[in-house]
Amino acid sequence: MKKIIFSLITSLLILGCNSKEENKEIKDKPITDLSIYNLPEKWTNQDGEDIELKELRGKVLVMVMIYTSCKAACPRLVADMRHIEEQIPKEYKDNVQLVLVSIDPKIDTPERLKEFSIENKMIGNQWVFLRSNEENTREFAAVLAVNYKKISPIDFSHSNIISVFNAEGELSFQQEGLGVSYNKTVSKIIEEATKLE
Amino acid sequence: MEAQFIKRFHYCLILLFWVSISFSQLPKNMVTIGEGNYIPLYGTSDKKPVTIKSFYLDIYPVTNQEYLIFLKTNSDYRKSTIKRLFANTTYLSEWKSDLNFGELNPSAPVTNISWFAAKKYCDCQGKRLASLDEWEYVAMADEKRKDARSREEFNKYILSWYEKNKTYNISVGKTFKNYWGVYDMHGLVWEWTFDFNSIFLSGESRKDKDTDKDLFCGSGSVNATDLMNYAAFMRYAFRGSIKANYTTKNLGFRCAKNISN
Repeated sequence: MKKIIFSLITSLLILGCNSKEENKEIKDKPITDLSIYNLPEKWTNQDGEDIELKELRGKVLVMVMIYTSCKAACPRLVADMRHIEEQIPKEYKDNVQLVLVSIDPKIDTPERLKEFSIENKMIGNQWVFLRSNEENTREFAAVLAVNYKKISPIDFSHSNIISVFNAEGELSFQQEGLGVSYNKTVSKIIEEATKLE
Repeated sequence: MEAQFIKRFHYCLILLFWVSISFSQLPKNMVTIGEGNYIPLYGTSDKKPVTIKSFYLDIYPVTNQEYLIFLKTNSDYRKSTIKRLFANTTYLSEWKSDLNFGELNPSAPVTNISWFAAKKYCDCQGKRLASLDEWEYVAMADEKRKDARSREEFNKYILSWYEKNKTYNISVGKTFKNYWGVYDMHGLVWEWTFDFNSIFLSGESRKDKDTDKDLFCGSGSVNATDLMNYAAFMRYAFRGSIKANYTTKNLGFRCAKNISN
């Protein structure tokens, strides 16, 4: 454990503008060029714990960007996520992580995300809610090709995209739009999860 | 007696001058953009003006030479090493090798640069990319006015540039100096902004919220407050069409910086 903490700290110190060295442990199984695990930023989950995206490595990720005070599109996106989760066969559930990322980190505190997860019956281990600062959120959206803009003090306009990532964090499928069929999304998740068996 | 007074007065002036310089500490090659309000072409649901707080902005876009210096210490961002997540295959495509920009003009804006690379460059200078609203705020100024958007000649100038070829290889500082003291907002290259991905494109595949219709169909009720400003419209449409790892020949960047108390 100490070793891990030490290497985490050193890798944090090295990550800077003049980084030439790399964490040696990662070299054993390098993160691929297109992996979202190249993003070093810290996030906080609904339990108030700090996590790096990298900690999700090894599972199929289903990701969506939302904000909890949203009344228009998000309830449908959230419902889509729940339906997708329901359709994943039991034997694969352990290999899949469903991730909801807030585009409104000011309002969406960990407490708020926790409440939201309970209200929406997304309370198992398979559900992760994440928030970070504005800059990291913008960068993450850039990676997902999700566009968003604050259009009033309480509302955002945003793309309705659900993304599936394979165990290495590479984008494998994107479902775009509201009220579209999520059959393809589910079959892609199963396809990626099968590879992990 | 009088001579002595004048002498003292001069000393005082010099002292004041020195004090004011040492307190203002304007970052090198940046100018202060003053606070103000304006109604962007697109983006506010209620047509209300957005407020831009005072900030620093680079006088010129970042050049090939400057980018080369950055690459010397940031080996992860070289042509051969950058991760595909952060830049597509045309990243620095006209550079001969990792640390050689080949035939390109050293003083011309660096282009074929991704959003991630531009952001990293600014981070490393202790700066940031300007927000879209900040960038447009500065870009609406001509030589004399803060807001020249309604001037026909100004728009004509911008649009005629959009039709010119290869302006990306011209040295920075060759276009006009605007009201704020900033060069090349129009005339050489288009520029990345921090929240470029706050624009919505309409189309079958991206069924976004209704704001996009206003941008592309010009229904005018919400956002297109200034349809005359076709030039800005082109920029917004362009930003709406790119992704963060995209790189093109006519797209460069410059950095901004917060004014700390």
